[in-house]
Amino acid sequence: MGRIQLKQVKKAFGDVVVIPPLDLEIEDGEFVVFVGPSGCGKSTLLRLIAGLEDTTAGTIEIDGQDATGLPPAKRRLAMVFQSYALYPHMTVRKNIAFPMRMAKMSLQEQNSRIEAAAKALNLTDYLDRRPGQLSGGQRQRVAIGRAIVREPAAFLFDEPLSNLDAALRVGMRMEISELHKKLDTTMIYVTHDQVEAMTMADKIVVLQAGVIEQVGSPLELYRTPRNKFVAGFIGSPKMNLIEGPEAAKHNAATIGIRPEHLTVSPESGDWKGIVGVSEHLGSDTFFHVAVDGFAETVTVRAGGDVDLHYGDAIYLTPDHELIHRFDEKGLRIP
Amino acid sequence: MARAITPRRKILTSGLAWAIGILLFFPIYWTILTSFKTEAQAINDPPLFFFFDWTLENYAVVQDRSDYMRFLWNSVIIAGGSTLLGILVAVPAAWSMAFVPSKRTKDILLWMLSTKMLPAVGVLYPISLIFVEFNLLDTRIGLVVVLMLINLPIIVWMLYTYFKEIPGEILEAARMDGAGLREEILYVLTPMAIPGIASTILLNFILAWNEAFWTLNLTAAGAAPLTAFIASYSSPEGLFFAKLSAASTMAIAPILILGWFSQKQLVRGLTFGAVK
Repeated sequence: MGRIQLKQVKKAFGDVVVIPPLDLEIEDGEFVVFVGPSGCGKSTLLRLIAGLEDTTAGTIEIDGQDATGLPPAKRRLAMVFQSYALYPHMTVRKNIAFPMRMAKMSLQEQNSRIEAAAKALNLTDYLDRRPGQLSGGQRQRVAIGRAIVREPAAFLFDEPLSNLDAALRVGMRMEISELHKKLDTTMIYVTHDQVEAMTMADKIVVLQAGVIEQVGSPLELYRTPRNKFVAGFIGSPKMNLIEGPEAAKHNAATIGIRPEHLTVSPESGDWKGIVGVSEHLGSDTFFHVAVDGFAETVTVRAGGDVDLHYGDAIYLTPDHELIHRFDEKGLRIP
Repeated sequence: MARAITPRRKILTSGLAWAIGILLFFPIYWTILTSFKTEAQAINDPPLFFFFDWTLENYAVVQDRSDYMRFLWNSVIIAGGSTLLGILVAVPAAWSMAFVPSKRTKDILLWMLSTKMLPAVGVLYPISLIFVEFNLLDTRIGLVVVLMLINLPIIVWMLYTYFKEIPGEILEAARMDGAGLREEILYVLTPMAIPGIASTILLNFILAWNEAFWTLNLTAAGAAPLTAFIASYSSPEGLFFAKLSAASTMAIAPILILGWFSQKQLVRGLTFGAVK
């Protein structure tokens, strides 16, 4: 079991309120991602759940029991840190065994769980090495191994992949997702990378300045962002947000259109502009276009074979069904 | 770009380094040398540097007159005991200052250090009174406690700097893994800080071993360590340089040997954290 409820949880450091009172429910077995720009309080929120920080007010319940005052060790949660936080003086085997040793588990049970975890994480050949002799990916796997052997109520991941190189990150992302499917345990995952959030989450919690901007499934957030912040944060490249007369035509203060919801043509279309920087990814091309009468540069996704260059004229046509409208406060107009 | 080193410059700096090294080593060399001379040769003018009749007579006399082993044993107990006790007190103190600092932590650290700025003689009288009151005069336990207190600021400071180098996330990981405070310090922090703790122990052992003010003022015969052993040769019956040198050599020999074998550890510990 791993149902976590935050009720009016608040965190302040002295007079600085990092997280104003917030409510959040995390269901058993869910993969929840906290995402937001750096400094938005997502790591602090995770550390409050872990018990590494004390709440200023409010309660945290784990499986219906009040855990607000419990030390981290008593919360039955396992955490994977950004820096892996392995014990450098212990071998991989001892690192993985440490939580079981603290729980005074029998040696036989410890060994069988270590073997199982090592097999699942491809660490069998490295059990007698020290963390210093492992690569970044292997270290991260040891940290995950150390977390899974305890069979915790929930896993907490604090930006676990940000120290890995891009290729490894994609691989580890899959591994963690697979692990979630296999274990069916609650996972809370903190990241600033919205691609990680979109690909892994059952439920995304978008945070800004300690405030929850929106909670929902990745596609909900993509399709119906509650406000301009979420609209700009979810999706890659980010949504084009356009103000001024063009927005007024749609009875809105701001309109948003995603780069993939614009059609490109060299001859005709709704908006005429000049191609600026273009990024060729092979499969896709992103053009940054200076549209006549717009203050903002518009990013558009086109096929890999569109042959337009710097300074060329370009016509863009938005898919009118997929234009998002926002009012003066930045809130979505339904 | 690497700095260019001309041969002249190299000779100059090497010469300077050797001169400083010899200057520092000279008193020790001279003490050891004098201990093998007769009393007459010891005060010979001009001084005799190498060519004299080497003799072990001084050592025999010193050993004959006073029980070297008893002083040695006292030194071991006092230096070892105060260092051990200091570590036991300082590890939790340094832990809390390094990992759960409060607003006043820096002030407390400075205040602790400031106690070292007071000349020891300033508190001789109160300490002596306390020793009389508690029957601690000329006892090893009394000296263990006093030397521990004298060196505690240094021990806490050293451990604090070493602990600061340990990433807090590793201790947090231990907490998440179910370790209580005791397990966290015992199984995670201490093993990681071993190089630092070792050099702290070593340095404080040396400081306590060589401490002369308190050991001379608070002991008579019973608990007197090697510092008192040397001092006993210094004055009452006039100057006996050769015998004094022999006693000094015997007193510093154990610590010299200890220092020689642990110099790698000591240097590593003292420069720990300087270069990551």
